[in-house]
Amino acid sequence: MQISINNFTKTFDGTPVIDDMNLTIRDGEMLALLGPSGCGKSTTLFTISGIHRMDRGQLMFGDRDVSGLPSQKRNVGVVFQNYALYPHMNVFENIAFPLTVRKDNKADIDREVRAIAALTHISELLERRPGQLSGGQQQRVALARALVRKPDVLLLDEPLANLDAKLRLEMRSEIRRIQLETGITAVLVTHDQVEAMSMCDRIAIMKKGEIVQIDTPADMYSNPRTSFVAGFLGNPPISFLSGIAMENSFSVAPIKLRVPLGVHEGIADGTQLKLGVRPEHFGPEGDIAVEGKIAFAETQGRENLYDVALADGSVLRSIQPAGRNWALGEPVRWFIDSKSAFVFSNDGQRL
Amino acid sequence: MTRNFAAWPIILLLTVLSLPLFVMYLFLLVDTFSNTAPGSLLPNEFTLEHWRFLIDPTITGDVWKPTLTTFLFASSMMVIVVSVSATAGYALSRLALPFRRFVLSGIMVMHAFPSVTLIIGVFLVLQFAGLYNSLTGVILVKASLMLPFGIWIMKGFYDAVPWEIEMAGVQDGASRFTVWRRIILPQVKPGLLSLALFAFIDGWSEYMLPRILAPSSDFEVLSMYLNTVSDPNSSTYNFNIFKSVGLFYTLPVLALFVLFQNRLMNIFGGGTKG
Ligand SMILES: Nc1ncnc2c1ncn2[C@@H]1O[C@H](COP(=O)(O)OP(=O)(O)OP(=O)(O)O)[C@@H](O)[C@H]1O
Ligand SMILES: [Mg+2]
Repeated sequence: MQISINNFTKTFDGTPVIDDMNLTIRDGEMLALLGPSGCGKSTTLFTISGIHRMDRGQLMFGDRDVSGLPSQKRNVGVVFQNYALYPHMNVFENIAFPLTVRKDNKADIDREVRAIAALTHISELLERRPGQLSGGQQQRVALARALVRKPDVLLLDEPLANLDAKLRLEMRSEIRRIQLETGITAVLVTHDQVEAMSMCDRIAIMKKGEIVQIDTPADMYSNPRTSFVAGFLGNPPISFLSGIAMENSFSVAPIKLRVPLGVHEGIADGTQLKLGVRPEHFGPEGDIAVEGKIAFAETQGRENLYDVALADGSVLRSIQPAGRNWALGEPVRWFIDSKSAFVFSNDGQRL
Repeated sequence: MTRNFAAWPIILLLTVLSLPLFVMYLFLLVDTFSNTAPGSLLPNEFTLEHWRFLIDPTITGDVWKPTLTTFLFASSMMVIVVSVSATAGYALSRLALPFRRFVLSGIMVMHAFPSVTLIIGVFLVLQFAGLYNSLTGVILVKASLMLPFGIWIMKGFYDAVPWEIEMAGVQDGASRFTVWRRIILPQVKPGLLSLALFAFIDGWSEYMLPRILAPSSDFEVLSMYLNTVSDPNSSTYNFNIFKSVGLFYTLPVLALFVLFQNRLMNIFGGGTKG
């Protein structure tokens, strides 16, 4: 079901948290709400679920306006960060709870619970109490409970934050598999860009209560609209150089760096600019030479990470396949791939 | 449990300190089942005669009627305290009530107040309501005096229940009331149980309120009965019978303590484990 939020505004105790937000989640898609802490992701999520009320705006489930409906009447499944399983009920009872509240008959409940347990691979855990489950298993139960009612939309608030690294990888693909198999519309809140990129069809990046860009992970990565977005996606992150426009080039005078602006011709000389260079676009190959020293080196097994300090003190990050290893302090003459670099105005807008 | 200090010195110290009490209780118990020759310290014959008051109402008057009254008194008070605390505690912990802070501090103050100081006001209210000299009146007063404690304790237990569990319930389509009954209440069950026990024991041992608020009524609770038995000027005065009645009176409390001591400790831990 398509979910749309129109002109949503929310204020907590006089502080505006969300300002005039518009967002459409397409039918069957999984959308990530990505952003730094405190930007209003959870607020948006809990507004869709009905826990928070909108101060102004409209929330549509399909063509039904649900803005005024309480949580109970919205048919939304929520997975909370700490799973919020009912400790005194066993797994079966936990999953069955939404159905017993609806007063379905026993045989139906039993069938539905077993079907969803099979889907989430917890069929053999139905007799256990939440306290007897591992984090990953609790997560599956929480998912099953959220899905058993066949909700219009599934909401996940940082579902992986409490898991260890290995489980996180496993549950990442599991949640996606279950979402695809059920075809449910889903919203995932996270501040982990890897999670957002790997699990979701589209990402909405939020900053201070506004959505700054909404795109597919690939488009967002290769075509960020602001330096904030560029800085948020990618690990290791993009690095920025400050400079000015000079004869249709981005120029950093002290280190005699000149990167042609290409399509962005006609910028007045002297305009302050920022150049964003992703680590994979800076290395021994490329077209614009830069000299510096290795200021930081980290081995990650398959790849090595380097920080190269330039003469003026700015730093460019680089990621290189392991093999030829550069040592700390080694002087290098590396190249920026100028076609892949992003040019931003000083206030962060992409040119 | 790991021990990082030896337990025996403490056990020894506690044993020495509580020895006099223990010996006294032992003598009490022995005395109720035996006769001791005057001037002697040790009993010389076993007898059940001091317990005859249980079946023979001519000795000290019927003991079962006050027992039943006391039981009724304690249990009705327990029901009131538990049900009001269970609901009020939830409301104070979770609902955005008007004057919430005021009510909370009011409860704190009431909790700290010695109840005797309220007795004149209570007396007037009972008079006015026509409940003076009635069992109902005393039960209501006793229960309301305990409510601040009960509500405060229950609020603490509710506070410890995670917010998300409640929201999950609402999201699963349950009404606030269903959520409270089926999800939240089971989480605070240990609290409810210990509060119920406390209320019952408190009611069972109450002496003053029935004396003051129902001095001329026809009901009698066990504490008043015991008082009658212990009157040295009465014609039926017998010290050993007094001891037996006293033991009979404390027996249920002791039994409850032994059965539920772990639960009772819960109330001081305030946790939800159980
Ligand atoms: N119930 C509330 N009362 C007052 N302010 C609130 C409330 N809930 C959230 N806020 C404020 O609203 C802002 C957004 O909060 P929100 O929980 O949506 O952030 P978030 O993006 O989910 O952050 P995080 O990643 O840390 O969870 C924060 O500044 C927060 O302090
Ligand atoms: Mg949050």
